[in-house]
Amino acid sequence: MESSGPSVGDVVTVSAVRSTVGQKTLMAVSGILLVLFLVAHMIGNLKVFVGAGSFDHYAHWLRAIGAPLLPHSGYLWIQRAVLTAALVAHVWAATALALRARAARPVGYAHRRPVQGSYAARTMRWGGVIILLFAIYHVLDLTTGHLNPVGDRAHPYGNVVADFAPERWYVTLFYTLAVLAVGFHLRHGLFSAVRTLGQRTAAGEQRARLVALLASVGLCAGYLSVPFAVMVGLVG
Amino acid sequence: MNLTLRIWRQNGPDAKGRLVAYRVTDVSPDMSFLEVLDMLNERLTMEGAEPVAFDHDCREGICGACGVVINGVAHGPEKATTTCQLHMRHFRDGDTIDVEPWRARAFPVVKDLVVDRGALDRVIEAGGYVSAPTGSAPDAHALPVPKADADAAFEAATCIGCGACVAACPNGSAMLFTAAKVTHLGRLPQGQPERQSRVLDMVAAHDDAGFGGCTNTGECTAVCPKGIPLETIGQLNRDYLQASRRPARSRS
Repeated sequence: MESSGPSVGDVVTVSAVRSTVGQKTLMAVSGILLVLFLVAHMIGNLKVFVGAGSFDHYAHWLRAIGAPLLPHSGYLWIQRAVLTAALVAHVWAATALALRARAARPVGYAHRRPVQGSYAARTMRWGGVIILLFAIYHVLDLTTGHLNPVGDRAHPYGNVVADFAPERWYVTLFYTLAVLAVGFHLRHGLFSAVRTLGQRTAAGEQRARLVALLASVGLCAGYLSVPFAVMVGLVG
Repeated sequence: MNLTLRIWRQNGPDAKGRLVAYRVTDVSPDMSFLEVLDMLNERLTMEGAEPVAFDHDCREGICGACGVVINGVAHGPEKATTTCQLHMRHFRDGDTIDVEPWRARAFPVVKDLVVDRGALDRVIEAGGYVSAPTGSAPDAHALPVPKADADAAFEAATCIGCGACVAACPNGSAMLFTAAKVTHLGRLPQGQPERQSRVLDMVAAHDDAGFGGCTNTGECTAVCPKGIPLETIGQLNRDYLQASRRPARSRS
């Protein structure tokens, strides 16, 4: 055996990611990483109901994780790097698969009706684009503060309250639509990820669909509770 | 019954096609969909016109030769029914029915409603077989097969390779077909020696043929005349991931 060049194992890995099943696997794994982040992020958000002190303290603690082993914000940057890698992999695989799907049917049907696919399944691609655009806006709004009316990075609680003020209803509306898009995306996406990773029984499919539905509803409720609480003055 | 059929007419693989409307009268509700096409073709032949080309063979719903998209649904409106077993009683007098061929890059139109489904054969050639000589049917219980495996294998083995899954899939994927073959052979003892190379090679052949990827929407299972379940695709994914984790065992 030559010592240079790719090993047999490398060839398999490369060809696996080039295959449709390999790209689906990449989507499933990166998607699950992003969902785990969404769960953690939502739990953090809910501290807004405990009070300004708790919320701000939590935000500052995020920057202190791992200290003194890690530098200030060290853990946060590791997490951001992992999430960005997952997002890039997810979007890359989605784009590759979408282009392949488009090429797979060059001549469409004159008469076409959706047979069985759920609304969630049919809107995965455009829903994903909406979520991506929202995520960019969201970082500029509440992470960097550029698009926030206050943008005080030392006091995130104040940024949230200012963001969802009743007169800025359009921000709340966009936020709501984006969160609902996430809900629909996960309702199909979580089930699909589990199936892609090898779930193969009818009973397991029922369980996976139920978990996907509950997770989607739970995340939507958790994320939407914050802007609506601000809007009606419960949090201020 | 009197019906209007709007049928895709296309002279050859590279010709431009279009939907052409035909009025068919005195259709019996007990006729099959293909018998209506037969009736139309007899009339077209008498008139000196070119009959509509369509694929068919057994007309018993077991060979997989027939299949057209009827009003946007592969094999028409009845569940678990091939086009040849679809009867006109499921339509109403005066209906206009659109009839189109399977649409996929991997299924080029040969003529009218006939498409070349050779891509499915190439997926089979890549690994959809058992190369060990297994002899004649073994004695019962000579080779124990767990009930769950036997049921899953048998269910998958009912696939007749008609290609309706591809026709219905929003991604033009043949994953249900490929998964049915992988499940059928992979869950039986005779299929074990080639289980890993089979799934790798069949997925590679599937992708090479220009089929799309699966997004688990389940459009395929809604039209499959044999009711192949979506779980088979989970079985294929599981086998593929297991095979990919080990050193290359692909035959190609």
